[in-house]
Amino acid sequence: MRRAVIRFGADRRSLLHAFLLLVALAGAWELYVDVGGGNSLVLPAPHQIAVALYQDRSLLWSNFLVTAEEVLLGVLFAVVAALALATAMHFSRIVRSSVYPLLIASQTIPIPLMAPILVLWLGFGLEPKLIVVGLVSFFSIVVTTLAGFASVDPELTKLMRTFGASRWRLFVSVELRWALPGVFTGARLAVIFAVLGAVLAEEAGANSGLGYVFTQSVAQLLTARAFATVVILSAFAILLFAGIGLIQRIALPWSRQPIGSELEPR
Amino acid sequence: MVAAGEPVAADPSSLPERAAPAVRLERVTRRYTGRRGVVTALQDVSLALARGEIMAVVGPSGCGKSTLLELVCGLQRPDEGTVQAEPAVLMPQRDLLLPWASALDNAGLALRAQGLPRAEARRRAAPWLDRLGLAEFADARPAELSGGMRQRISFVRSLLAGKDVLALDEPFASLDAITRAEGQAWLAEALAAEPRTVLLVTHDVEEAVLLADRIAVLSARPGRMLAELANPASRPRHRTDPELIALRERVLVTLGAPA
Repeated sequence: MRRAVIRFGADRRSLLHAFLLLVALAGAWELYVDVGGGNSLVLPAPHQIAVALYQDRSLLWSNFLVTAEEVLLGVLFAVVAALALATAMHFSRIVRSSVYPLLIASQTIPIPLMAPILVLWLGFGLEPKLIVVGLVSFFSIVVTTLAGFASVDPELTKLMRTFGASRWRLFVSVELRWALPGVFTGARLAVIFAVLGAVLAEEAGANSGLGYVFTQSVAQLLTARAFATVVILSAFAILLFAGIGLIQRIALPWSRQPIGSELEPR
Repeated sequence: MVAAGEPVAADPSSLPERAAPAVRLERVTRRYTGRRGVVTALQDVSLALARGEIMAVVGPSGCGKSTLLELVCGLQRPDEGTVQAEPAVLMPQRDLLLPWASALDNAGLALRAQGLPRAEARRRAAPWLDRLGLAEFADARPAELSGGMRQRISFVRSLLAGKDVLALDEPFASLDAITRAEGQAWLAEALAAEPRTVLLVTHDVEEAVLLADRIAVLSARPGRMLAELANPASRPRHRTDPELIALRERVLVTLGAPA
């Protein structure tokens, strides 16, 4: 426990450094716009973005809820589907050898670009967004979950066999738990793509959501408001990334987090 | 160590089943096809263990000792010869404890593997943790335990699998000298209380003469049986016993160590 406290202290210091750099960059930006006399319609100063965040808060909040729903539901579906497919691929050589190459090839499809077609098929509602978010999230979760299954020590598998464990027992008692950190890692990577996917799907056809607000704001030259939506989207993605890491830390305290753990409170 | 009044069952010569060996290998050869052609891991190895007997297998690195254990456990099949063995369970060199499970749940893993409910597995594992001095660590995760403690849990886990034969793969190789000596002591003690047929693979000649009733010496690859030496000392044995020191010397000489 004491070690955790020390680590938290050390980490807080490095987070402080990052925060100071952020403040310095924002200050330079503010100076550039205020003193340099650039057109604030083209590039709003940070304080104007802050004002937009405050003044438009009810509009931004209600549209944020729409986008958040798309992201969270989409990622949830992706996790369930990815876990199911990774399990099937883990159990069956035929499924793995037939599905895996197609899965990798599918990553060349620019899914967000397909969003207008999905809108054409499914309308302006939630469904095309969920499909885009789900598809862009799905891949990374499948890959990291499969890597999790593959990381089970073959010696442990042998040991379980000499214990007399059935295939199903081995899966439930050892392999599934072993793969869970991989599921979390995949979900952490996925949320970044998911936010992007949701916004692009909204641009393709929507009447609410932060992507919709962004498109409308740019069209009306409300650039400060457009930047405000970007700030919210970025903060949301970071929050999700860190939040999933935090859940992993609490739910699987024995596991390590190889990717991006520097963004989280420890 | 074990008290003076040693249980009868631990002495193999007094067991009625001596006629029917628990493990019998006859002229076993095992080859692997690797990148550099065919490698013979074991060649023409024959051995037999009576029920309750402890046999140590010593030999240089790469003499096919792990192959021997996997053959006995039924994880591999011989290319030539026959392997007959009562149901056998492995105790691996690395403890391979599940990082998310408590000491108690790790100790009961073999029972869970056989489909017993968690509560029942815990109920049966708890007395063994107690016996090996781990009662207060029952809820600790492996990361919180020392190497010696982890190896004790690994042993209990294999013991509770309830198989007649234990195949121990250098169980104390990764421990420091003192922890290793402790390990040898609790192993001897546990086997006196709960006799099993044991095949113990080890690098450590002292460990072999201390624990085993007979010692099989294998050659470097391909592993062939160089000699099989009976231990003149009976259990419980002590490191300082002159008979053991003499036997240790014989084993070392057989292995080709300078006299």
